[in-house]
Amino acid sequence: MSEPIISIRNVSKRFAGGVTAVDNVSIDIAQNEFFALLGPSGCGKTTLLRMISGLETPTEGQIIIGGQDMAFTPPNLRPTNMVFQSYAVFPHMTVEQNVGYGLKVTGVPAAEIKTRVAEALEMVKLAHLAARKPDQMSGGQRQRVALARALVKRPKVLLLDEPLSALDAKLRDDMRMELTRLQQTVGITFIIVTHDQDEALSMASRIAVMDKGAVAQIATPSELYEHPRNKFVADFIGKVNLLDASVLSQKGKTVTCETKAAGKFAIETDKTCGSTATIAIRPEKLKLSASEPKGAGLVKTKATVRDVAYYGDTSHVVADAGGSDLEINVQNDSRTGGSGVERGQKLWVSFNPEDALVLTE
Amino acid sequence: MDDWKDFKRVFLTLATPGSLWMLLFFAIPMAFLFVLSFSSKAVIDGEISTTAYDYMNTFQNYVESAGHNYLVLLWRAIWTSAIATALCLALAYPLAMAVCFAAPRWRPLLLLLLILPFWINLLIRTYAMYSIFRTTGVVNQAFGLVGLGPYEMLNNTYAVIMGLVYVYLPFMVLPLYSTIEKLDRSFLEASLDLGATQAKTFWLVTWPLTLPGVITGIILVYIPCLGTFLTSDILGGPNNWNIGNAIQNQFLESNNWPLGAALSFILMYVTFIALMVRAFLAKRSTGVDA
Repeated sequence: MSEPIISIRNVSKRFAGGVTAVDNVSIDIAQNEFFALLGPSGCGKTTLLRMISGLETPTEGQIIIGGQDMAFTPPNLRPTNMVFQSYAVFPHMTVEQNVGYGLKVTGVPAAEIKTRVAEALEMVKLAHLAARKPDQMSGGQRQRVALARALVKRPKVLLLDEPLSALDAKLRDDMRMELTRLQQTVGITFIIVTHDQDEALSMASRIAVMDKGAVAQIATPSELYEHPRNKFVADFIGKVNLLDASVLSQKGKTVTCETKAAGKFAIETDKTCGSTATIAIRPEKLKLSASEPKGAGLVKTKATVRDVAYYGDTSHVVADAGGSDLEINVQNDSRTGGSGVERGQKLWVSFNPEDALVLTE
Repeated sequence: MDDWKDFKRVFLTLATPGSLWMLLFFAIPMAFLFVLSFSSKAVIDGEISTTAYDYMNTFQNYVESAGHNYLVLLWRAIWTSAIATALCLALAYPLAMAVCFAAPRWRPLLLLLLILPFWINLLIRTYAMYSIFRTTGVVNQAFGLVGLGPYEMLNNTYAVIMGLVYVYLPFMVLPLYSTIEKLDRSFLEASLDLGATQAKTFWLVTWPLTLPGVITGIILVYIPCLGTFLTSDILGGPNNWNIGNAIQNQFLESNNWPLGAALSFILMYVTFIALMVRAFLAKRSTGVDA
């Protein structure tokens, strides 16, 4: 990685009363990245974002932006700008005044404010609403104001706190693409905080998954999905079947294990296993078939369909295999018959052990 | 809320008792005073009656009210109230902010301390101030111990203003507190994040967004100050009377109800003008509904 634009070094935040919101986090973020902080609520992601902006002070550790330690730099002097979850668009100012606010208070000449505000409004497609007050606008429009207001400052880093959580589903999809487009146009580093894995996977170039204040894994979206480091990440990113396995033997990279759901099988791994491990396999990597599937090395088991949920493009099947539930995604690739799976059916479930992953933590 | 037109009977049942009360004890007496302000005392058998009136026959009461003596008292009420209100605001805003920034579990106690004086009668509180600040009071006794004074601290306009600020300060703090408390902190954070200093954030964001509370506070303090008579009488003495004292005097001492009524209505018109100025300012400055 080239010289990082933001370097978070061993940062912790403890609140009065002994709550540790952020626990010894270190992250380097490169120039021009679209970086996501992803995690369940209360995992410390927003606190970390607020420490980058200067609205919270780290209890320990350093935050370095553009090569400078920010320890004694108040939020108004930092090269970061934030889009707040509530947008925080000033209700007593017009759109134009809102967007121009950050320039006005730092003494930018009026003529320059005018052109830059116009540019920023053009960028978020709000030029026609410049004279409006926020209470005459929709949530999506207000968010664009908040975006324009932050971008017009030309920050080194744009911070976005759950920017899409208050929008309805359709608008959220549009805004996702819009944010990606904007990030590519302006060439500013974006750091987005979200609890929504789809949002993070679809927009970010890299993701830090956080759990209980600590970073569980930092990786690209596909790496996170296909190579989660532990059970928490596997479970949090997408759906996953986690099978408890007892390890019978390990020879080099090959582990022979036994699970209740799928019996005994061999699987490759880089990890050194103890006596137990967890086998993780994504629902779309499990196959259903009426007759016994043929193929070398396939892991297969008989299962009884307990539930079928129809989602249009796919159906989610829950099947009972040896007393534990397996989730299987079936593509509905023909218009007739749907998944063709019915409750109570006895079917074969199979997977290629190359598609499964051994997790030890 | 449902439209009252759909539930006429419910509406009438709920609204009638209170409306009757207001009609009986507010509208009718005010109408009577209004008539009285254009009336004169009746002359019966060559003597001026103390109870009977000739109704609606004169503007004399208003002419007399507009005389120099009363205008001086009215003007004094207007400016002393203005200063008292301004002082209340200057003291109350930081106080309200402090309560808002206190830990949530302390806030009810702090608010209770603030309204504690209301549990004691105004007359008693005012006399207490009088006894403390008079020439033989505790404060002057303390000065005496170090060889100073006694100083005349009462019977002047400053004493009246001090008394008004003391009495009405909570009326300013409470609406300010409720507005500041409701103010979304993310507005202030956004302002800081966008590069504004704390001072600019206060004047460009906090102040305009809490203006509705400021205006409510000003009304709640300024209007009762205008009509005050107890504070100005006890702490100010006859030389520092306000228009309120003149009204009280016409009704209770001089038994000239028509003149008292006219003075009352003039005071009311001044109040209305103050409210109109307020409405005008509120509309122009923010567009935020008070």
